[in-house]
Amino acid sequence: MARMTFAEAARRALAEEMRRDPLVWALGEDLVQGGIFGQYRGLAQEFGAERIVSTPISESTIMGAGLGAALCGTRPVVEMRIADFTLCAMDELVSQIAKVRYMFGGQGRAALVVRMPQGMWRNSAAQHSQCLEAWLTHIPGLVVAAPGTPADAAGLLKAAIRSDDPVVLLEPKNLWTAEGEVPDDVAPLPFGVARQAAQGDAATIVTWSACVPVVEQGVRESGIACDVFDLRSLWPWDEGAVVASARRTGRLLVVHEAVTVSGFGAEVLARVVEALGPAGLRAAERLGAPRAPVPFSPPLEDAMRISPARVADAVRRVAAR
Amino acid sequence: MAGASNETARRIAMLRDMARIRAFEREAVAAMRAGEAPGVVHPSIGQEGVAVGVCANLRRADRITSTHRGHGHAIAKGADAGAMMLELHGRAGGCCGGKGGSMHIADFTVGMLGANGVVGAGIPIACGAAQAIRLKQEEAIVACFFGDGAVNRGPFLEGMNWAALYRLPVLFVCEDNGFAAFTRNSAVTAGGGPAVRAEACGVPATVVDGEDVLAVDGAAADLVARIRAGGGPQFLHAKCYRWEGHTGTDAAAYRPAEEAAAARDRDCIGRLRAALEAAGVAATEIAAIEADAEAEMASHRAAAMAAAWPDLGAAFSDVQDSGAPAWPA
Repeated sequence: MARMTFAEAARRALAEEMRRDPLVWALGEDLVQGGIFGQYRGLAQEFGAERIVSTPISESTIMGAGLGAALCGTRPVVEMRIADFTLCAMDELVSQIAKVRYMFGGQGRAALVVRMPQGMWRNSAAQHSQCLEAWLTHIPGLVVAAPGTPADAAGLLKAAIRSDDPVVLLEPKNLWTAEGEVPDDVAPLPFGVARQAAQGDAATIVTWSACVPVVEQGVRESGIACDVFDLRSLWPWDEGAVVASARRTGRLLVVHEAVTVSGFGAEVLARVVEALGPAGLRAAERLGAPRAPVPFSPPLEDAMRISPARVADAVRRVAAR
Repeated sequence: MAGASNETARRIAMLRDMARIRAFEREAVAAMRAGEAPGVVHPSIGQEGVAVGVCANLRRADRITSTHRGHGHAIAKGADAGAMMLELHGRAGGCCGGKGGSMHIADFTVGMLGANGVVGAGIPIACGAAQAIRLKQEEAIVACFFGDGAVNRGPFLEGMNWAALYRLPVLFVCEDNGFAAFTRNSAVTAGGGPAVRAEACGVPATVVDGEDVLAVDGAAADLVARIRAGGGPQFLHAKCYRWEGHTGTDAAAYRPAEEAAAARDRDCIGRLRAALEAAGVAATEIAAIEADAEAEMASHRAAAMAAAWPDLGAAFSDVQDSGAPAWPA
């Protein structure tokens, strides 16, 4: 066990996978220089320019070449730099990668990882701060993972690389420098298994990605003992654990950084209601962003952020009903 | 002379492939119009010389990417025409299990990585396939077919630059049939055209008469040899003409009938037939090749109509391993 940042845990996991499997390689902008968050630092020196490939700013081809390379038997790690830039490669992700196995009747597979650093990162404004997980969970064919701790950043990246499915890995930009304990020998994590971060009977709190440490702190500040689940992957997601907890507590709060409207929190809440029946919950709430772009100015951006204080308020509200 | 007879045999093989593609597509269009093959097909009748002239220079290990008009590329690369016809009919045993149809024809066993419903989408895929081939140190190249309409999409620019930058073993084949769907491509394309754009990115371009299969074959042989020798990507701009409309239901009323009729006078199959006869091949032998192709495809069509529908479970299979869909309750 060692204490390290999210970026270092992810860097180490990728290096270990590349040592294990010579067919694993990475492509994206500025990778030889270490990537913009340092998550590729030193890898070009170890693995060479054939496996750590710095590319032009050509998102469609970064994504589409990843697919072609996967169809020919390699395991590409496709780096999108930030999730917002994936919007320049949506055809390649949604209509090509997610569908090749199905529409060609299983003849080929897109066994690749698409890394999308997403969410708010100090004052990056509207085009560099979006959370797009609800777009992606809506697409059949994709696995969507969203680590919220350094250990899970490593475990989910390893799982994503070894998966025969295309896996979108949403890495929270705000947490690259966050530290945590990481096992010396990180094992790949199974998709669809949540991490229970706290236990308690007052309410069931569900979150993921950048909101994980915020929610953990907010629940502590509330002083109310709750079940807290870090979903870790959003498709598949750990419906069983969440439903079982909500059945016991009767109260559900879903917290995410993305816009609340049509966010993945709506899916979580809907599935719990379907499982428990319309009278199965005494309280249900979603805490997310207003339906507005992310602004630049620090106080304006803070107005959009999920903070521990807002989580604590929501926990008190839900628990009191 | 052994050399000459080898050359004649090669030309007869190309005639057979072109005749098989044409017969396949005539059956496919007829089946679509009869309501037997669901959806629409995009026929490449008149363009067979490009697919065949290029693929005559490819090996089984080589890969191709294709377009929405991909039957010819698939057959020329050696795909199973019977499984393709089943696919067009949405039947069990189709090359994609009935889940892709005409627009997603694929046969990975012969390196045919799929037709594509999105214009230009094969270009980035071909680039990545070539990078994988290099990483795995395979002896293979990639031929990337796309239409003239694709040169106005962003992935075209990205892919040309990308392939040239990494000196990838890719033959880009711009199959220029003159029309981007219903619009004459020259009416929506500025500048000097596909070859000029490719060369601007550092990909050497060759322009060829795509209605002359021997010219395509000759040009492709040269370009493929350069690619196999490590010369990096090459670009073949093959000018041809789409005899049918954009789809089997498009009457192509947006172009003069005389223009379409003139294209039939330049028929790639007719020109090779004439060349073979001039080289001493009996007209009866050629007629037999064409009759065999028609009989083969008619038989595939009849077999497709007699084949079973796919098991309904196929609708839910091959989506993904983690988080796979369940049968609806």
